Amino acid sequence: MQFPILSVIVFTPLLAGLLIVLMPPARKTEVKVIALAAASVSLLLAIWTYFSYNVSAGGYQFVERLPWLPQLGISYAMGVDGISMPLVLLAGVVVFCGALISWGIDDRPREFYAFLMFLATSVFGVFVSLDLFQLFFFFEIAVFPKYLMIVVWGYPKTREYGAMKLTLYLFIGSVVALIGALAMYFASGLHTFDLIALEKANFSASFQYIWFPVVFFGFAILGGIFPFHSWAPDGHVAAPTAVSMLLAGVEMKVGAFAALRVAIMLLPQGARDWAWLILILATVNVIYGAFIAMIQTDFKYVIGFSSVSHMGLVLLGFATLSAEGLTGAGMQMFSHGIMTALFFAVVGMAYDRTHTRDISKLGGLIKKMPWAGVGFIIGGLVSMGMPGFSGFTAEFPIFMGIWRSTPPIFAIIAVVGVVITAAYILRVVSKVFFGELSPEFEQGVGDVTVLDKVAIGLLSVLMIALGVLPSLMVPMVQSGVEHVLRLLGGA
Amino acid sequence: MIMNTLIWLLPLPPLLAFFLIVLFTNRSNRLSHTLAIGAALLSWAGAMYVFWGAIHVPDLAQNPIASAINWFPTGNTWFRIGVQIDPLSTVALFFVAWTILMIFIYSVGYHNYGQPKGDHDQPGLPPHGATLAGKDGHEHHVPSIEPMYARFFAFSSLFAFAMYLLVVSDNLLTLYIGWEIMGLCSYLLIGFWYAKESARNAAVKAFLTTRVGDVFMLLGLAFLYSTTGTLNYHEIFGNPALLEKLATTGSGILGLSVAGAIGLLLFLGTVGKSAQFPLHVWLPDAMEGPTPVSAMIHAATMVSAGVYLAIRIFPLVSAGWIPGTPLNTTMTVMALIGAFTALFSATIAVGQNDIKRVLAYSTISQLGYMIAALGVGAYTAAAFHLVTHAFFKALLFLGSGSVIHGMEHGVLHTGKHVDAQDMFNMGGLRKKMPLTFWTFLIGGLALSGFPLVTAGFWSKDEILAGAFNGGHLVVFITLALAALLTAFYTMRQISLTFLGKPRTPAAEHAQETGWTMTLPLVVLAFFAVTAGWAGISSSFPGLGRLVPNWFEGFVGTMLAETETAAAALHSLVPLFTSLVVALGGLALGWWVYKDLPLGAADPLQNVFKGFYTLLKKKYYLDEAYDFLFVGPSHWIADVLTAEWVDRKMIDGFLHGVAKLALTLGTTLRNFFDLPVVNGTGDALGEGVRNFGTSLKVIQTGRVQQYLIIGVLILVTVGILFYFLLTLSLI
Repeated sequence: MQFPILSVIVFTPLLAGLLIVLMPPARKTEVKVIALAAASVSLLLAIWTYFSYNVSAGGYQFVERLPWLPQLGISYAMGVDGISMPLVLLAGVVVFCGALISWGIDDRPREFYAFLMFLATSVFGVFVSLDLFQLFFFFEIAVFPKYLMIVVWGYPKTREYGAMKLTLYLFIGSVVALIGALAMYFASGLHTFDLIALEKANFSASFQYIWFPVVFFGFAILGGIFPFHSWAPDGHVAAPTAVSMLLAGVEMKVGAFAALRVAIMLLPQGARDWAWLILILATVNVIYGAFIAMIQTDFKYVIGFSSVSHMGLVLLGFATLSAEGLTGAGMQMFSHGIMTALFFAVVGMAYDRTHTRDISKLGGLIKKMPWAGVGFIIGGLVSMGMPGFSGFTAEFPIFMGIWRSTPPIFAIIAVVGVVITAAYILRVVSKVFFGELSPEFEQGVGDVTVLDKVAIGLLSVLMIALGVLPSLMVPMVQSGVEHVLRLLGGA
Repeated sequence: MIMNTLIWLLPLPPLLAFFLIVLFTNRSNRLSHTLAIGAALLSWAGAMYVFWGAIHVPDLAQNPIASAINWFPTGNTWFRIGVQIDPLSTVALFFVAWTILMIFIYSVGYHNYGQPKGDHDQPGLPPHGATLAGKDGHEHHVPSIEPMYARFFAFSSLFAFAMYLLVVSDNLLTLYIGWEIMGLCSYLLIGFWYAKESARNAAVKAFLTTRVGDVFMLLGLAFLYSTTGTLNYHEIFGNPALLEKLATTGSGILGLSVAGAIGLLLFLGTVGKSAQFPLHVWLPDAMEGPTPVSAMIHAATMVSAGVYLAIRIFPLVSAGWIPGTPLNTTMTVMALIGAFTALFSATIAVGQNDIKRVLAYSTISQLGYMIAALGVGAYTAAAFHLVTHAFFKALLFLGSGSVIHGMEHGVLHTGKHVDAQDMFNMGGLRKKMPLTFWTFLIGGLALSGFPLVTAGFWSKDEILAGAFNGGHLVVFITLALAALLTAFYTMRQISLTFLGKPRTPAAEHAQETGWTMTLPLVVLAFFAVTAGWAGISSSFPGLGRLVPNWFEGFVGTMLAETETAAAALHSLVPLFTSLVVALGGLALGWWVYKDLPLGAADPLQNVFKGFYTLLKKKYYLDEAYDFLFVGPSHWIADVLTAEWVDRKMIDGFLHGVAKLALTLGTTLRNFFDLPVVNGTGDALGEGVRNFGTSLKVIQTGRVQQYLIIGVLILVTVGILFYFLLTLSLI
C-alpha cells in the first residue's frame, strides 16, 4: 500500500487541533506555532500532490479505500481528480494564510486555532471524498467550528445574527441535499455510497428530473446561488478575518464542488433538464451581487457581495455543461478562492489598524500599508478579469462557453456584470487606498506585519503565475472536465 | 531567424524597465529615467531594424515574419500566441517607436529633472515650485521636480510595453492583453496626481468607459473563437474561404451575418478605446494626467490601438463586400459613427479655451476620420492617417505641454496666479518660445491639412477622396465640414496662443523650455511634414506621377485583390474641397482671433450665443450620461437591488420565516403545549394531589379514630358484600 498522503493532508490539522485543545490556555505562542506547522504540512503535501498528479493519465489518483460500515455500503474512500486537486491546493493555501494573518489574535487563541484546524480538516475532507456518506460527514463537521468562531470572535454588532443565518441556511441546504443523496442510495439498488460506483448507476430520467434540483440547490446554497445567497455577505462580514477568508475562499467552493460532484456528475440527465434554471439564477447572481457591491458603504460588505457575483460565474460555467464553461468554472473556483481570501485579509488588516470599515472614512492607506494596497489592487485586477492574471484565465473560457452554449443575452448580461465589477473595485481602490488620508490615521496607522506580507505575497504570486502561465493548471482542470463531459454524454 | 527573435524581444525592454524601477531604483530619479529611456531606446533601435528589414521583404503581407508558442491549452489543442510582422504592424511599429521614444525624452524636462525639491510638494499632487535664495539675497521661485518622478517612468514603461506587445502580436488575444494593460496604465497615469479628486474621477471614468467597449470586444473574441477555433490574424483575415463562409452565415442577431456581428462586437472595443461617439467622454477628461501622458494616450498608444484594431479586423468587417456596391451594415455603422464623431467633436473643440482640451477634441475628431475611412472602405487611407496623425498629434501635445511649462514659469516668476492652460491668458508666445512656436505651427498646419507640405494634407485628402469616389456623399460632406472646422479651431488656437500680444504678465515672462523638451518637438515636426510623402496619391495631378505611392503599395497588399481595386472614378472634387476647407478655415481662424485683447470674450460668443454655450458645455453629454446611466444604475443598485430585493424581499422573506417559526412556537406553547400537554399532565398531578389532600384529614394519628374508621369500612364492605352476593344469587 502506498503512503496515504491525502489522509495525512486531511487529518494533520485535526490532530493539531486536538493537541492544541489539550494544551494549557496560557501557551499562546506554542498554540500558534503548532497550528501553523500543521497548516504548513498540509500545504506542502498538497503542493507535492499537485505536482505529482499525472495529468495525462487523468482520473482519480492517490486513491485510498477502506471499508467503514460495510453493512451499509459506506467506505472510507479518498482520491483526487483534475477538478478537486486544485481545490485541495486552494484549501491548503488559504488555511496557511489564515493561520498567518491571525497571529495577532489575543483573545483565546487556543480555541480559535483549534477550531480553525477543525475547519481545515472539514474542507480538505470534502474535496478528497470519494464516498457520498463520507463527503456529508466532512461537510457537516464544518458547521460547529464555523458557528462558534463567528459568534465568539466575530464582529460584535452582527455576529450572532450572521452566525445564525449562516448556520441555518447551510443546515437546511445540507439536509435537503442529504435527502436527495439517500434517495440516490436507495434508487440505485447498488447498496453503496461509493461516488464512482454511483456514477454508473444509470438513474431513470424521471428520477433525475425530480431529484437533481433537490441535490443541486441543497449544495449550491453553500455556493451562494441566488436567491439563497444572503447568508454569504452577512456571514462573511460577521466572521473574523481568517474565517471570512475560509468561508468565501474555500467553503463556497465546497458548495459549488459538491453540487458538481454529486448533482451534476451523478444525475447528468437532470443537469441537462435543469441547466436553464441554473443559467438564469447564476446570471442574476453575477449582476445582482455586482450591483449591490457597488453601493455598499462598508468595505467588507463590498467584498462579501463581490463573492456572490463571482460565484455566479462559477455556476454559469456549470450551467453551460460545456468543456469551456466547466474548465473556466474550475479555474474560477481556484482563482476566486485565492482572490477573495486576499481581499478579506486586506480588509481585516485595514480594519485592525483603523477600526473602521466605513469607506467614506478610509483613505490614502497605500502610504501606510503599501503591501496591503498593492495586494488589493492585484486582487482587483483579477476580479476584473484583466489578462495576465488568473481571473482572465478563468473568465475567458467561461464567456466562451456561455456564448457558444446559450442565447447571447446571457453573455451580454454577464459581461455587464464585469463592467460593474470594475466600477466597484475602482471605487474602493481609489477611495480607500488613494484618497485623502485622514489626519487621525496619519499617526495611529502602521504597516502590516511580516507574516501579513508573506500571506499577501503568496496569494498575489499565485494569481499572477496562473495568469501568465495558464498551463500550470488548465490542463489539470481539463482532464477532470473531460470525465464530467463523458458522464454528461458526448460533447 | 534573428529577425524572429528580435520581434519577440521588442516589447521586453520597457517591461524590464518597469520592474527594475518599481523594485529597485525607485529612490533614484537618475537611474530610473536612464533605465526607462534606455529601454525605450533599445526597443526603438530594434523596431527600426525590424522596420528596415520588413520593408525589403517581398510580398510581406502574404508571408509575414511570424513565430508562435503554445500558451493556453484548449481541449486537444493549444491556443498559440506569437508575434508577426506584416505591412500593417510594420508601419505601426514605426510611428509607435518614434513617438514613444520622443515622449520619454520629453518627460525628463517636463517633470523638471534637475530642479530642486519643492517646498510643499507631496506625492499625488503636481509640483508647486521651490524657492531658492539667490546671491543677491532675493528669493527666486523656480519649478520643482515631480515628487513621483520615478513612478512616472515606471508606469510609462509599462504603457510602452503594452503598446509594443499589441503591435507585434499575431492574434487578437495577445492584442487584447496589450489592450487591457494599456487600459490599466491609462488609469494609473490619468490618475497620476491621485490626490486631486478630479484626476481620480477622470481615471475611473476613462477606465470604466473604455471597459464598456472592452467587454463587448471580449464577447466578440469569444464569438469569433467559438466559430472559427482560432484568433490568429493570418488564419482568419488571410483566409478568403473562411471569411466568405462567415459573411454568408446568419448570426441570428439583428439580422447580421456572423462576420458582421463579430465585426460589430469587436468594433465596440474600438469605439471605447478610440473614443468614438458615444463612448468618447473619457478622452477630454484624460487631460488630468501629466501632458506626456496625454501625448502617449492620444498619439502613440491608447487611441491608436483602437484604430489599429479596426484596421486589423477590416477584412472581417468587409467580408463579402465589393467596392462600388452598397456598404454592409457594420461598415455603414462605422462610416456613420466615424463621420458623426469627426464633425461633432470638431464643433466642441471650437468652444474650448483650455489648450489641451482643444487638442483632445481634435483627437476624437481625427479618429472619427479614420473610422469613417474604414467604413467607406478606404483601408490604406485610414492606416495612413493613423500614422501621420500619431506624429502631428504627439507633436501638438508635447508642444502644448511646452507652452504650459513656459507659462508656468511665467506664473512662478510673476507670482500672480493665472490658469496656465487657458489660451485666453496667453498670446504673443511666438517671440518668447520660438522653437515651440514653429514646431507647433507645423503640427497645427498638418492637423488642418495645409496643402502639399504637411503630412496631414495627404492623408486627409485620401480619406475625402475615398468617401467621394465611393459615392458616399453624406460622409464626404460631413468630413469636409469637419475639416473646415478643424482648420478654424487650429488657427484659433495658434492665434490665441502664439500670435498677437501677451495678454497676461505670465505670458510676458514665459520662457522657452530646455532641450529635452524641444528636441522631441523638432524630431516630431520633421515627421509631421515628411511622413506624408510616403503616401502621395498616384492620382494627384503632377506630383502623383513623380513620387510613387509607397504606402499604398506596401500596406494595400494586406487586402485581397478585389478590395484594393479603388473606385475607378478619379475626381478632382475632393482635392479641390480639401484645399478650400483647409485654407479657408485657417484664414477664418486667423481673421477672427488675431490680436484679441485681454479680457475680451470669445468673438464667437457674441455671434452665436446659445450655440456657443452648448459647445462650451460639450452638448451637456456628461450631464446626460449622469442622468441616463449613472443615476439609474445607482438607483438599481441602491434602491431596487439592495433595498428592495435583497433587504426587503429575500431577507424579508427569511426574517418572515424566522418570525413565523417564532410565532408558531409561541402559539404552540401558549395554546397547545401549556394548556393541553402541560394542562393534562398538571391536571393529572393536581388531581392526585388533591385526592391526597382530601384524604389527609383522616390521617390524624389517633388509634381510636383509625379503629372506628376501620370498623366503619368493615361494616360498609360487609353490607356491600351481602347485597352483591344476594344479587348474584337471584
